[in-house]
Amino acid sequence: MILNGKVHKYGADVNTDVIIPARYLNVSDPAELAKHCMEDIDREFVAEVQPGDIIMATTNFGCGSSREHAPLAIKASGISCIIAKSFARIFFRNAINIGLPLLECEEAVAQTEAGDLLEVDLSSGKIKNLTRGMTFTAKPYPDFMAELISAGGLIEYTKQRLISRRL
Amino acid sequence: MTLVEKILAAHTGKEKVSPGEFINARVDLILANDITAPIAIREFQRIGVGKVFDPKKVVMVPDHFVPNKDIASAEQAKLMREFCYEQGVIYFEVGRMGIEHVLLPEQGLVLPGDVVIGADSHTCTYGALGALATGMGSTDIAAAMATGDIWMKVPPTIKLIYHGTLGEWVGGKDLILFTIGDIGVDGALYSAMEFTGEAIDALSIDGRFTMANMAIEAGAKVGVFRVDNKTQLYIKSRAKRSYMVYEPDGDAEYSQVIEYDVSALEPQVALPHSPANTKPISQVGDIEINQAVIGSCTNGRLEDLRLAAEILKRKKVHPRVRCIILPGSQQVYLDALREGLIGIFIRAGAAVSTPTCGPCLGGHMGVLADGERCISTTNRNFVGRMGSPKSEVYLASPAVAAASAIMGRITSPDEVIKP
Ligand code: SF4
Repeated sequence: MILNGKVHKYGADVNTDVIIPARYLNVSDPAELAKHCMEDIDREFVAEVQPGDIIMATTNFGCGSSREHAPLAIKASGISCIIAKSFARIFFRNAINIGLPLLECEEAVAQTEAGDLLEVDLSSGKIKNLTRGMTFTAKPYPDFMAELISAGGLIEYTKQRLISRRL
Repeated sequence: MTLVEKILAAHTGKEKVSPGEFINARVDLILANDITAPIAIREFQRIGVGKVFDPKKVVMVPDHFVPNKDIASAEQAKLMREFCYEQGVIYFEVGRMGIEHVLLPEQGLVLPGDVVIGADSHTCTYGALGALATGMGSTDIAAAMATGDIWMKVPPTIKLIYHGTLGEWVGGKDLILFTIGDIGVDGALYSAMEFTGEAIDALSIDGRFTMANMAIEAGAKVGVFRVDNKTQLYIKSRAKRSYMVYEPDGDAEYSQVIEYDVSALEPQVALPHSPANTKPISQVGDIEINQAVIGSCTNGRLEDLRLAAEILKRKKVHPRVRCIILPGSQQVYLDALREGLIGIFIRAGAAVSTPTCGPCLGGHMGVLADGERCISTTNRNFVGRMGSPKSEVYLASPAVAAASAIMGRITSPDEVIKP
């Protein structure tokens, strides 16, 4: 799958409390959550984000609370994927489980600025910076994760497992 | 193998597992709360199995926004409650509950050698009892409720050795804040932390819960302790089923070994807006506070309340400070009442609440306004964590929070209790 979008760039340790503050967790509807996505770190985000846009950050993106509301809010806001130097582990699981693609690529993060246009090929992990004419390759997923992703997330994967168990 | 590898191997039916390996581990307990359960239930229903794999191994606790603060949160709690009734899973109602990570061990639901997954990042708390417990998201919990197992990547283990004897007013909270300050919020990313050494042997179980609770604040998957006599004593009156005690092998491989001598360690404070922004209390400077919160899954146990009461006894909370005390469970509340601690708090001018997460996540019962400062015994001080994005949270032990509540500024217990 090919994704195209503009970059919203952040620094290190972006935590799930700023991605979606707890004051909005009395609901779990992704569209409602998306109205407040990134509010405490970037007031402009909700107004500026376009379908297909890409979030980029440095290290430990998504640290803190395990709230799945965080990747759900990001996904519902129209973001097509997140590229970072590294992700916090619960956020990583949550995003993969719900089908929000994450890519780890130090060079792409180092060489990209906010507002740059990217083209991302999820199957090959190739990240093209169209604004700067540069190409990078993300770290490949381990086999198991690739299987989970191609199944369409954890729920679909679990359904398939349960069916094969019964056979 | 390390302690963590031993537990995972036993739950995977393998002789041996190694860091980096993907496994499917059998789970002994699955947890969700009033925030994470609604999504987990929705996803569980999509799987289409109808019934959870074993209702005795699923527990749901309303603790974040309860007693419910508004209609929306009441709807979420209702959805969870009805699912629990229908499925027959373990459920604790308001008036009988506690903050999940205080409640579950206290009720004997978590035992050594268990694999526990919870849709809450502080599920790692149970590592204090020698269990492998880790936080996940709602979808993970949904899948595990259907199958009884979950995919995991075996983490490498970092061994942390604490030498020496802790000074007065220094405990588990100070050890873990100091450690996170040293290694950083991603210092143990994707890893297990194993806490050892003579200072750990001397630490109470409550102190160990506090340390394991904040392993996630260093990015760790789990924080574990070996089972000793103190653990056995804690478990003895609570366990209603058998359990296994695992020990690391003598030749276990650790990805890192970190050693500290903590004899001279001062009480620690994490300044805004990161738990790694830690300083010894003598270097914090003059910081006035508006609120002091004592409680939470980090420091809401009996020992924590005893410590706070020791400092607040026959003293008054500063006229400009709101001091809010949240016992971690109904049992802790009752024990504190019997010991006279609740009377001490109320006479000092503190507000005592029914158990709830409340202010810890900026939910209710003590949300901060613009520009307000709070000293708190909780575990996170991110921007906006306790309310306004323009408020500030300082993390510390119950002793430091109680002393600061009296003085109206962040201070060491030494200033309040003269020897
Ligand atoms: S007390 Fe705070 S950290 Fe603990 S479970 Fe509740 S909200 Fe989470």
